[in-house]
Amino acid sequence: MPADFNWAIGGEAGDGIDSTGKIFAQALSRAGRHVFTSKDFASRIRGGYTAYKVRTSVEQVQSVVDRLDVLIALTQRTIDENLDELHEGSVIIYDGERTTMQDVEIPEEMIGLDVPLKSLAEDAGGAIMRNVVALGAACAVSDFPIENLNSALEKRFGDKGAAIVENNMAAARKGRDYVRDEYDYEFGYDLECTDENYVLLNGDEAIGMGAIAGGCRFYAGYPITPATDVMEYLTGRIERYGGHVVQAEDELAAINLALGAARAGARSMTATSGPGIDLMAETFGLVATSETPLVICNVMRSGPSTGMPTKQEQGDLNAMLYGGHGEVPRFVLAPTTIAECFHKTVEAFNLAEKYQLPVYLTADLSLAVTEQTYPPEEFDMDAVEIDRGKVVDEETVGEWQDEQGRFKPHAITDDGVSPRTFPGTEGGVHMSTGLEHDELGRRTEETGMRIKQVDKRSRKVETAKEREPFEAREFGDPDAETLVISWGSNEGAMVEAMDFLKEEGIDVRFLSVPYVFPRPDLTEVIEDAEETVVVECNATGQFADLIEHDALTRVKRLNKYDGVRYKADELAERIAATLADDGGETEEATT
Amino acid sequence: MSSDVRFTDFKSDAQPTWCPGCGDFGTMNGMMKALAETGNSPDETFVVAGIGCSGKIGTYMRSYAIHGVHGRALPVGAGVKLANPDIEVMVAGGDGDGYSIGAGHFVHAVRRNVDMTYVVMDNRIYGLTKGQASPTSREDFETSTTPEGPQQPPVNPLALAFAASGTFIAQSFSTDAQRHAEIVKQAVEHDGFGFVNVFSPCVTFNDVDTYDYFRDHIVDLQDTDHDPTDYEDARSRILDPGSEYQGVLYRDEDSVPYEESHGVDADMSDIPDGAPEDAMDLVREFY
Ligand SMILES: Cc1ncc(C[n+]2csc(CCOP(=O)(O)OP(=O)(O)O)c2C)c(N)n1
Ligand code: SF4
Repeated sequence: MPADFNWAIGGEAGDGIDSTGKIFAQALSRAGRHVFTSKDFASRIRGGYTAYKVRTSVEQVQSVVDRLDVLIALTQRTIDENLDELHEGSVIIYDGERTTMQDVEIPEEMIGLDVPLKSLAEDAGGAIMRNVVALGAACAVSDFPIENLNSALEKRFGDKGAAIVENNMAAARKGRDYVRDEYDYEFGYDLECTDENYVLLNGDEAIGMGAIAGGCRFYAGYPITPATDVMEYLTGRIERYGGHVVQAEDELAAINLALGAARAGARSMTATSGPGIDLMAETFGLVATSETPLVICNVMRSGPSTGMPTKQEQGDLNAMLYGGHGEVPRFVLAPTTIAECFHKTVEAFNLAEKYQLPVYLTADLSLAVTEQTYPPEEFDMDAVEIDRGKVVDEETVGEWQDEQGRFKPHAITDDGVSPRTFPGTEGGVHMSTGLEHDELGRRTEETGMRIKQVDKRSRKVETAKEREPFEAREFGDPDAETLVISWGSNEGAMVEAMDFLKEEGIDVRFLSVPYVFPRPDLTEVIEDAEETVVVECNATGQFADLIEHDALTRVKRLNKYDGVRYKADELAERIAATLADDGGETEEATT
Repeated sequence: MSSDVRFTDFKSDAQPTWCPGCGDFGTMNGMMKALAETGNSPDETFVVAGIGCSGKIGTYMRSYAIHGVHGRALPVGAGVKLANPDIEVMVAGGDGDGYSIGAGHFVHAVRRNVDMTYVVMDNRIYGLTKGQASPTSREDFETSTTPEGPQQPPVNPLALAFAASGTFIAQSFSTDAQRHAEIVKQAVEHDGFGFVNVFSPCVTFNDVDTYDYFRDHIVDLQDTDHDPTDYEDARSRILDPGSEYQGVLYRDEDSVPYEESHGVDADMSDIPDGAPEDAMDLVREFY
């Protein structure tokens, strides 16, 4: 484990927690340090506990841990909520002039730094900058050069003019100087800087960026946490490339707008979360039967119903795999890291067009709202390839017409993929329908044709399995007795958990699976392992069900459904406990 | 666009399964005429249909087309148009399709004002599901599901469109071929969302709103002093209870279609082979 530093700011929603945390994360990233952030927020705009946590190291960090070194507490509740993670010597920065913080309770073994955030901010030009004063104080505690914080303030407030930037820098200095002058501690932190240049982004942003890079030009959506960031990212950016975003009246409209654009030849996408995919389910069937390439992004949150809209869960797997009436092929891709959100989005568009079907691209809340640093080369735009599949133009359309010159949009082919024409193509006129149809797209109820079309559509899946590398990502020792399998955002925590496990003498082979359907065949690796544990953030083990179904064997399940992502150290402990527990088939979750 | 297109070019070789005498035949013929007369060709036209007897129109017309799901044809049409503004988009559906299950989309399509045409085949009944009350059915109209009539006032689609800031609101009668085609043509030519509610009688399930009824009650606005660009005049006619007007009730001459106000003009089917040239700038934003 690299020496890492864990920092958080917490208060009430409306206290500017998010932007303050982001400024500090950016300052660290600009100082060439790796950063991983996590947010704890409630489903309300004002009031309610909110925190922004930053973990940083000179090495790559990709999960959270159960530890806080420095906490900026704007409310007593911030301290209470984080007591478990605070340790001996943890520093708590608070403002004793604030009425609610006057009788603040700080456990003896911790260091409380009373910094008059508000009055120092006022001295610098306005009370609004009190969080920046706190950041300055945090710089003093962690021995972090304030120039890097200044650079982040410049980025953040540059648009608002030099005076605002100056005032903020002054506020930061005041915070730093106050701690240096008033407190005579050796805090023992030294946040080393490097010459690296990292970018800091979250999963939703990576999806939006992947969409533009991958040729998406039309997006329609309806706001819903935690998918809205995708729409917000695309708005104002996609236009630069000739694209457009529509905020639809609801999810039914959103998917239908996206479907229309896709039929007109655009690479098209909609993004939503759980309740939204339910509303889209009817049209999903039409997308599939009419063989329209469409990317439907589902950023999962805790369900069912409105559940816990700001909390982590991976509960929609069954809905994506089986949702909708009738039987239709669809692909389900589930990126496992923030960088992969980018790559899988590009891939989703290629798969949708190559196989002419709806592709679910799913991220869980933790992946979507969490930010992580990467070297920019991770998002190599030169490596992006675009494959539009069997698009037919005026020259080639003749090969796909019947004797009367009618185009066959649903021609029965060996690979299950038919030709496509975009409106405007002479000789390619056709109608698409959700009714069962013949090769020309005409309605039919004839048994032979029904079977041919159903088989043709499902043949695409076989074709894709042959042609595409639907592989798992492998970590750890391939000969280890213990096999851990997970999907989605658990990868980061698991990769780090492996270090903790190693210290305990437990070697694992770890497979992170970004393809839910079609998915890699894991039967052999499961047979080779002594024990298999499937880790996921839901109560019933929806992914474990699939694994058992594929490999015809029972696996151990490690489920978490309290709305909070796995932390690396916690996950290691629970895996160790699961392995030690020979009696039970499954490990019940702590909630 | 080719000028030698005839309206029969928009006819597919599928045999319509509408009941003989159904109003939808005339409604469709008028749509095809309007398309041909405005210089569109089947290759450059996209027809979106909903579900219902009315929705079958996508099959009987020859053009790029999609037969959508019940009530959702309008957003599909907007998606097609925005992705390729060079394509002529015509959306068709029934009164149940448009004013019941699709009512939300109707209101929003009107205010979005995408440059397309929406034709509703209003037979004041659910045809395809065999005769239940529709949102435009009369209050006392007895049907299998409303033995004593719906006992709710019918919706006034023209008023809905007017309230949603519609920029072209018209009504026609399917069997009055010349007038109907002419009205749809004006809707196609309108810069923005052209809405035409068409009286398209169901000869099988509706014995009240029949051809005879409409013939007796229709008032053609061209026989009056109505000025469709006069907002107040339009309002009083649209809100006039029990009136059955034919013609353009309202036209906003200053209508700015969505595409124009939102700067959407690209054919989005045209994309580069790889990421855009300057795509690394997107990454650098995250420094
Ligand atoms: C989601 C959904 N609900 C119900 C139906 C059944 N349905 C098919 S057509 C129709 C009514 C159509 O009435 P209208 O739009 O007035 O068209 P008409 O048949 O009269 O032309 C209904 C309810 C359906 N296809 N989909
Ligand atoms: S049921 Fe009515 S609307 Fe449907 S085809 Fe027959 S006449 Fe036309």
